[in-house]
Amino acid sequence: MFSASALACVRGERAVFAGLSFTLAPGGALVLVGANGAGKSSLLRLMAGLLKPAAGHLAWDGADIADDYEAHRRRLRYVGHADALKPALSVLENLRSWSVLWGGRGGAAERAEAALEAFGIGRLRDVPARYLSAGQRRRLALSRLLVAPAPLWLLDEPRTALDVDAIARLDREVQRHRQAGGLVVMALHGGERPRRPRRSILRTRRRRPVI
Amino acid sequence: MLSGFLEVMRRDVRLAVRQGMDSLMAVVFFVIACVLFPLGVGPEPQTLARIASGILCVAALLAAMLSLERLFQADYEDGTLEQVALSPLPLEAVVVAKVAAHWLVTGLPLIAASPVLAILLQLDAKSYPALLAALALTTPTLSLIGAVGAALVLGARRGGVLLALLVLPLYIPELIFAVAAIDAAGFGYPVQPHLLLLAGLLVAAVVLVPWTAAAALRQALA
Repeated sequence: MFSASALACVRGERAVFAGLSFTLAPGGALVLVGANGAGKSSLLRLMAGLLKPAAGHLAWDGADIADDYEAHRRRLRYVGHADALKPALSVLENLRSWSVLWGGRGGAAERAEAALEAFGIGRLRDVPARYLSAGQRRRLALSRLLVAPAPLWLLDEPRTALDVDAIARLDREVQRHRQAGGLVVMALHGGERPRRPRRSILRTRRRRPVI
Repeated sequence: MLSGFLEVMRRDVRLAVRQGMDSLMAVVFFVIACVLFPLGVGPEPQTLARIASGILCVAALLAAMLSLERLFQADYEDGTLEQVALSPLPLEAVVVAKVAAHWLVTGLPLIAASPVLAILLQLDAKSYPALLAALALTTPTLSLIGAVGAALVLGARRGGVLLALLVLPLYIPELIFAVAAIDAAGFGYPVQPHLLLLAGLLVAAVVLVPWTAAAALRQALA
């Protein structure tokens, strides 16, 4: 159970949003919709603990995440705007690093390869990341979600640059993750609509968020 | 956790080896800077021998600093830093791993190149062991102190110049004791006290730097 109460975010002395609350049960998904600059990314960074809320709390199973941040970052995967790829390393080398960091040394390469297959870039495993297209880079960044299990996925506009096939793969993985009791928070940019009616859509608007 | 630490280190070393130039640049700079002195000061062996220790230490220090700007910058720009900050590995350990990798690809080559340059600069043969020992103790400290500077200037415009202004004053004790150790060996005085002071500085840096640099990185990510 992931919840927020009366969350406020201030960026550069400007209030982005305030009084934002939500509760997300296991298997739940939260879609953040809003115009550019409405605070979707800031909210995701707050959830990841990269930013500190100006007011309010985020809690996991009732315990404030600020109290045990070490535990919080163990249970989350964050895919932001930056793909965090090293152009000089091959696709597999890139992913294997993260696989080791999150899931330990044992079987790191196998987990990485399985994740690449899930996003349809298994055949690119030995290609240096500098030769990847924007969509392939995005697929590789998303593969990080699968290298080691984590209950909370935070996805910042994950569909950017993805083609139809990749979006279908992403939706399938999100579905699978939720069926296993995982939580997903996903920001979509203004033009995108959630595919199916979602249970929870959080609309952030400057200063006056509506849920 | 150890596997994560080693992985961060291994990846940085591998990147440095693949991208070649970045780490090679520090050594090339070191060599060129040292070669410039005989050309500028004149080739008299006595003059060179007297200032050789100073030249070597100053050049090594500048070379180490030159390569530091990129220590966190690339990771910061491509998003790797925020992913690492969200990994189970504490940011303090990440700092140590990256500094260790940086030392392996820049500090170690500097030490390896120093005897050759010492010959060129007519350094007294008695001073060679002291030179190697002093550089072996100094270069890790330079990388560590520089890491704090590199973390602080993340996101700043003209970070390189700012880094030099921040870090060079902190390098002064290193310079003084390293030169003192090499000169002491040349004059036949005991070297050990100077080396112990350098070791002390290294230990202090190992203890203090990871926390400071990690705090600066968190600030940069927020």
